Amino acid sequence: MRIALPVIVIIVYLLHQDVWFWSTPYPLVLGFMPIGLFYHVCYTLLASLLMLLLVKRAWPTHLETTASPRHPTEDEAH
Amino acid sequence: MIPAFFVFAYLAVVLYIGVFALRRSGRDSAEDYFLASRSLGTLVFLFSLFGTNMTAFTILGASGHAFSNGVLTFGLMASSSALIIPLTLFLIGTRLWALGKRFGFMTPVQFFRDRWECGHIGTVIFAVQAALLVPYIIIGVMGGGATLSAISGGWVPYWLGGAVVALVVMGYVFFGGMRGTAWVNTLQTLLFLSFGAIAFGVIGRGMGGFQQAVTDLLSSPATAPLLTRERIPPSFFLSYTFIPLSTIAFPHIGIFCLTARRMSQFKPTLILYPLCLLAIWLPSVFLGVMANRATDVPQIASKLEARRQLTSQGAALPAEERARLRQAAAGDDVIVLLLEHYAPLWLAGILGAGIMAAVMASDSQILALSTMFTEDIFAFYGGKERFGPAVQVHTGRIFVIGLTVVAYLIALEAPATIFELAVQYAFSGYAALSILLFAALFWRGSTKWGALASTLWTVFAVGAVAIFQSTVPAPPAGSEKVIWTIGELVLLSRTPGGTAIFGLMPVVPMTLISLGLMIWVSMLTRKPGEQTLLRYFPQPALTTCCA
Repeated sequence: MRIALPVIVIIVYLLHQDVWFWSTPYPLVLGFMPIGLFYHVCYTLLASLLMLLLVKRAWPTHLETTASPRHPTEDEAH
Repeated sequence: MIPAFFVFAYLAVVLYIGVFALRRSGRDSAEDYFLASRSLGTLVFLFSLFGTNMTAFTILGASGHAFSNGVLTFGLMASSSALIIPLTLFLIGTRLWALGKRFGFMTPVQFFRDRWECGHIGTVIFAVQAALLVPYIIIGVMGGGATLSAISGGWVPYWLGGAVVALVVMGYVFFGGMRGTAWVNTLQTLLFLSFGAIAFGVIGRGMGGFQQAVTDLLSSPATAPLLTRERIPPSFFLSYTFIPLSTIAFPHIGIFCLTARRMSQFKPTLILYPLCLLAIWLPSVFLGVMANRATDVPQIASKLEARRQLTSQGAALPAEERARLRQAAAGDDVIVLLLEHYAPLWLAGILGAGIMAAVMASDSQILALSTMFTEDIFAFYGGKERFGPAVQVHTGRIFVIGLTVVAYLIALEAPATIFELAVQYAFSGYAALSILLFAALFWRGSTKWGALASTLWTVFAVGAVAIFQSTVPAPPAGSEKVIWTIGELVLLSRTPGGTAIFGLMPVVPMTLISLGLMIWVSMLTRKPGEQTLLRYFPQPALTTCCA
């Protein structure tokens, strides 16, 4: 995962550059949405899935454990 | 007039939220006023972080850009942000939060000062960040005045609209601090989210469905390109992905990362951020494009006529006339016009409140500047020790009043174009400044001199591009004015929308040179002491041992 996750992030970044839908609006998804726009709607959903993957597989837990609060908040104090 | 009543009701609600937040605060400490005692819960953190980053540009500017440029606006600005912004929050935001908890930092400048063992570097970064942020606040006041005036049909004049919006924003920031601002931003985000879906449905129904509108747009050679990206080169599209790097470097976003109660509150924010972007940007962009078919709306018809003249006669017209036509063809108000035309009056009022929420996004920036001034200048130079923490909070509140009054007075007199230009290049400037955060957090070898070089380069580059664009008039649409070439290669050109360097937006060289300077100068200069480095980069073995 240490290598796979950065590679996946780079691939997702590169997928933003969809030159294959550059100059055509067809097919129109649902009869009104140009394919290029639909692709970027799907890309936005993919970005959300990527964040889910990062949160599940690469969450920096060590930061939580080392961040001992200098001033405990009200909630934590009780 | 009816829509204006809804807007005034909304303004009253947000002002009350500020006062209510003051009653809930209970403590007169700087950490409580400026960071809500680092206690924001999951939903408020998600919605207010998102709302903090959504400005008037989101609904008004995005639809205006899409009106002129087509569906490419979504890929250019929304989907790239959907990846880059959560990613930078994941990499940098969580680390800022942890350092804030551990060392008590309240601003990124405090972190930079400690990390690079230098007070002066913090002062320089403060000055640059503040200079890049002030135009946003002025634009916010201007947008408030113009929107309130438009929604009331001119009944509320611009000067009064601006004053009312400035007073309300100042009021809830003054009373509520971060807690009040976060609650108002949460309400604003919920309004944005409902605005998009409702406007999409109402306007689509009013236009008789989007299928026919899209077919009509495709049948005309003048409008068909609006449904593809054929008008821009892929290099320009690629360079736009650098712009969202600016988000994490904005002081109001950096400071906001410190307000979460627990780091786990970042998790839903990271996952849902792209979905919130989608919910707001897709309707704004799509409706902006569809406005090109709303020729039965007289104001939109005159915009289209101005664009037609610009396209057909642009090259033969003097630069001033081209600038006038460009202004007349601008579509920042097309959403308001579509709503006025297609939505029932009561619904237009509610949606007008949603637009008002978008325009009033300068609250976080005002609070961030106040936090930075009191922490990075007042407290750092001994004010807190001399006068105590209560005076520090009062100073922050007085700063909020002073800043809002100055922004309002400037907004009354100065032309908007100057600040629009400044805001346009502030994004690039903050993207270049994001290198400071990456270097400070991830590279032991970074030094204060490297940070100084990156910061000064950013100042120079933003200034140079702004001067270039204000002295070289924009060429007609569809052409570019080549300024400097090396052989066959075009190094620098003026485009209708801005500046191109090797065919890329200026943000790319600005950020890459900022990175290069950070590396090069840091390698030549002395690193911070080992004690400091150990605090920020503890050795794994040492951590285990101490644990």
